[in-house]
Amino acid sequence: MKRQIPLLITFFVGTLLIISVFVPPLGDLERDFTLFFDIIAVFAFFLGGGNLLRIHLMKLANRRKDWGFSAVTVSGFLFMLAIGLFKVGNPGGIAEAVDAEGSWFKVMFDNVINPLQSTMYSLLAFFVASASYRAFRAKNREATMLLIAAFIILLGRTPLGVMLTGWIPEWMSVAQIPNLAVWIMNSPNLAGQRAIMIGISLGVIATSLRLILGVERSYLGGDSD
Amino acid sequence: MTNIGVILTLIVIFGGLLWLLVRSISGREVDRRIIFLFIFVSVAAPIIFQITFKERATPVVEALFANIDGLPAGSKVLISFDFDPAMAPEVQPMANAMSRHCLEKGHKIVFMSLWATGQSLMTTTLSRVILPEFPEKVNGVDYVNVGYKAGNEGVLNVIVSDFKKMFPTDVNGVPLDSTQLFRDIRSCADLDLIIALGGGRPGPKEWVLFVGDPADVPVGVGVAAVVAPQLYPYFPQQIVGILGGVKGAAEYEQLLIATHDRFVDMETPGIDMMGPQTLAHVVIMAFIVIGNIAFFRSRSKGGSK
Amino acid sequence: MIVEPQQARVVIPGTVRFLLLAFLAVVVSITSTATASEPNADSTLLETQQVEPVTSLVAQDFKYDNGERIELFWVPSVDDRLVDGLVTGYEVYRTVNEGDPQRLAILPPGANTFRDEAAEIDSVYSYYITTLAEETSAKSVATEPMTSEREWLNRDRGYLFLIAFVIAAAVIFFVETAKRGKKLFIRKIAGLEAIDDAVGRATEMGRPVLFVPGIHDMDDVQTLAALTILGRVSRTIADYDSKIFMPVSRSLVMTAARETIKSSYMAAGRPDAYNDDMVNYVTDEQFGYVASVDGLIVREKPATIFLLGAFFAESLILAETGNSVGAIQIAGTARPAQLPFFIAACDFTLIGEELFAASAYLSDEPKQLGSLKGQDVGKGIAMFFVIAGTVAATISYAWDIGPVNDVLDWLNQVFSSN
Repeated sequence: MKRQIPLLITFFVGTLLIISVFVPPLGDLERDFTLFFDIIAVFAFFLGGGNLLRIHLMKLANRRKDWGFSAVTVSGFLFMLAIGLFKVGNPGGIAEAVDAEGSWFKVMFDNVINPLQSTMYSLLAFFVASASYRAFRAKNREATMLLIAAFIILLGRTPLGVMLTGWIPEWMSVAQIPNLAVWIMNSPNLAGQRAIMIGISLGVIATSLRLILGVERSYLGGDSD
Repeated sequence: MTNIGVILTLIVIFGGLLWLLVRSISGREVDRRIIFLFIFVSVAAPIIFQITFKERATPVVEALFANIDGLPAGSKVLISFDFDPAMAPEVQPMANAMSRHCLEKGHKIVFMSLWATGQSLMTTTLSRVILPEFPEKVNGVDYVNVGYKAGNEGVLNVIVSDFKKMFPTDVNGVPLDSTQLFRDIRSCADLDLIIALGGGRPGPKEWVLFVGDPADVPVGVGVAAVVAPQLYPYFPQQIVGILGGVKGAAEYEQLLIATHDRFVDMETPGIDMMGPQTLAHVVIMAFIVIGNIAFFRSRSKGGSK
Repeated sequence: MIVEPQQARVVIPGTVRFLLLAFLAVVVSITSTATASEPNADSTLLETQQVEPVTSLVAQDFKYDNGERIELFWVPSVDDRLVDGLVTGYEVYRTVNEGDPQRLAILPPGANTFRDEAAEIDSVYSYYITTLAEETSAKSVATEPMTSEREWLNRDRGYLFLIAFVIAAAVIFFVETAKRGKKLFIRKIAGLEAIDDAVGRATEMGRPVLFVPGIHDMDDVQTLAALTILGRVSRTIADYDSKIFMPVSRSLVMTAARETIKSSYMAAGRPDAYNDDMVNYVTDEQFGYVASVDGLIVREKPATIFLLGAFFAESLILAETGNSVGAIQIAGTARPAQLPFFIAACDFTLIGEELFAASAYLSDEPKQLGSLKGQDVGKGIAMFFVIAGTVAATISYAWDIGPVNDVLDWLNQVFSSN
């Protein structure tokens, strides 16, 4: 029974939303269900936030390994929550936007969150370098073609491409590296992307049908009823 | 000083690469931290010594520039900041450049965000670009900041038919009905152009699928470089132009400077960042070459055994 | 007496004469002003007449909707020109059930359509457009009273329905065929074959398994696909008595994943080994989450890492960190932009549809495998139309052959219906 009810709800809602695509009076259902989901997800945040606090406070209380990180997490969480909720230092008081210029929230956002996120993102530059050193090897014909394409794109994304091939006359401009890079993106890359996207879409359809029809139930934890 | 810096940088990088090549040929492992060090030098040196390059705009960037340039004064443009601080170094320069361009051409701008983090970045553009550079422009008349709204695609589904249902007020609680700009805007269909900035979800793709196509409004996008290839299938029918990564921003800035005298001395973070990007690309290409040399060498050794 | 007539003359004193002349001058000047201003008055009148109203205003019910939309079309005023145009805009008015007119919108010059999206089925509507100029305006003829209608079927989506129906029918057909015991060939997917070995390796090394379900919520099919794989993976983990860490970035994913793992442990007969803390919420914030997972990888050094679900810029950061601690990594996503990163840094990558096929593949249940066959029918249809469309477009462009043009038009019509 515990398994049957979610399966029935999935079947009913899934079928209804498919039908709503073709029946105009049901057209707003998709929007309404999206909003329902968002409302549920917002309330579920209390579960997540509660779990975060519980795990890290337990770690702190028991002085478990790496408890220092937990101290940073809990204090950061509570501090941001407080200055956001009470709009501390907000020049316009509680009525103004949470991130108004001069508010503590905006100061923390600009000076802590912003640089921290940028730092994490910029790690990509380092990892792209190490991954390309290791992975871009001309092991076979396909890999060699990939390598050449990667080289053209890399050159095309920099002014070097213009410097190296800027002399090529206009009637042969497709051979200029920046244009060649655009061509690779627009033609071979596009064809590949579209094929993958079609495959993914069909995969989504098949998975959705399995879920709606109750054939796929392992997300509910195994097959046993 | 700059020249000495450039020469010094090149000597350090290319000398180091040569050493790496010799090391690889001799079959010794290269620690990933050495690779990280090269990237650090190639990114840091152009920032310190201010090495920049001149950009030439690609057709996808030119198309978006021409679209904004060609709209009649008074056109209504929506700019959505759907990105976070992590993406900001790539996308914010585009946001700033396009905001400048729109205001200079006399367009009206609606600023909004589908990402919670986008709202603060929007405030940054407003307070550091629009207020100081366009003091004559009036909030509520020339631009309105409606802020962030949770709900991802759900928000788009609503504003495509009724903007004020989702955003009854601006970010400071001023009713949109009382603003001059929103007298003529009921839904997204009343806009002349949508500029979707971002790279995640919801982002440009969702804007095309949920608003651009159904409401028949042209969509221009500015995205992180890694996402740009995914959007090419939509150009030029569903997306009128694409700015991809730092290079896209740099090309746009270059076009803006070349065509508008008042922007000759503006800040150009996009162009400034192309120095580090170029050098880092060169170093990565060098790594690929060295990696392949090492690979062929180990294969030939393996083959001869 | 010649003097008399002279005496009879009215003698006008100098002052009075001056006043009279002044009066005459004023009268003349007023008259001349009046005559001078008459042409002006005429020209204003002329301008008022020159602002022509819009013509051919038509209101029609929008197809296909719930009866809330009415579309208006008109030919703009002849004075609506880019050069020397007089029109400053248009106002759209509607009357409901013959009541007072309500202004719906002000439109810029050049507008020739409008969609009223707030109509109700039971009401009778009439519309008119007022053309605005600097000092005047002109009202158009009102439309005939009309009502909006509700359509129960969106005929524009007929082809979409047909395509969806064929693909869905194929999936159901093959599921049923497989249920009846027909053997279906499914190619090997290396990444999925490796799951048992990967979990076994973690058990042998005494190190944990890390499962990252992407950074999206439960409304993304990729997350659902990841959880279906988690069902199988956690069952193996429970059987092998290995350890799993699952940091998540969404609260709903946390609750769903807990249920999945708990059920797997129960199915494996080891409910005592299950612990809620196997799954923990970190943050919704993308890079905050990445920092936490990276820290976990570096500290706990998992032997096996699963990166399955919706990934964005964090894909390479996670995969390279995993690579640096020597973990076996099985990744999969339907985000095409992230696939190259996973391929470069992971041992096995499930490309797009393979992620969705994983659950069916791992279950080895005929009915699930049948759905994969049904998917192939969809691929066949897509391939057929891609080739047909390309050939038709090429021939049409090169030789402009009538019947081929018709085929191309038809294909455009089929695939542009939304």
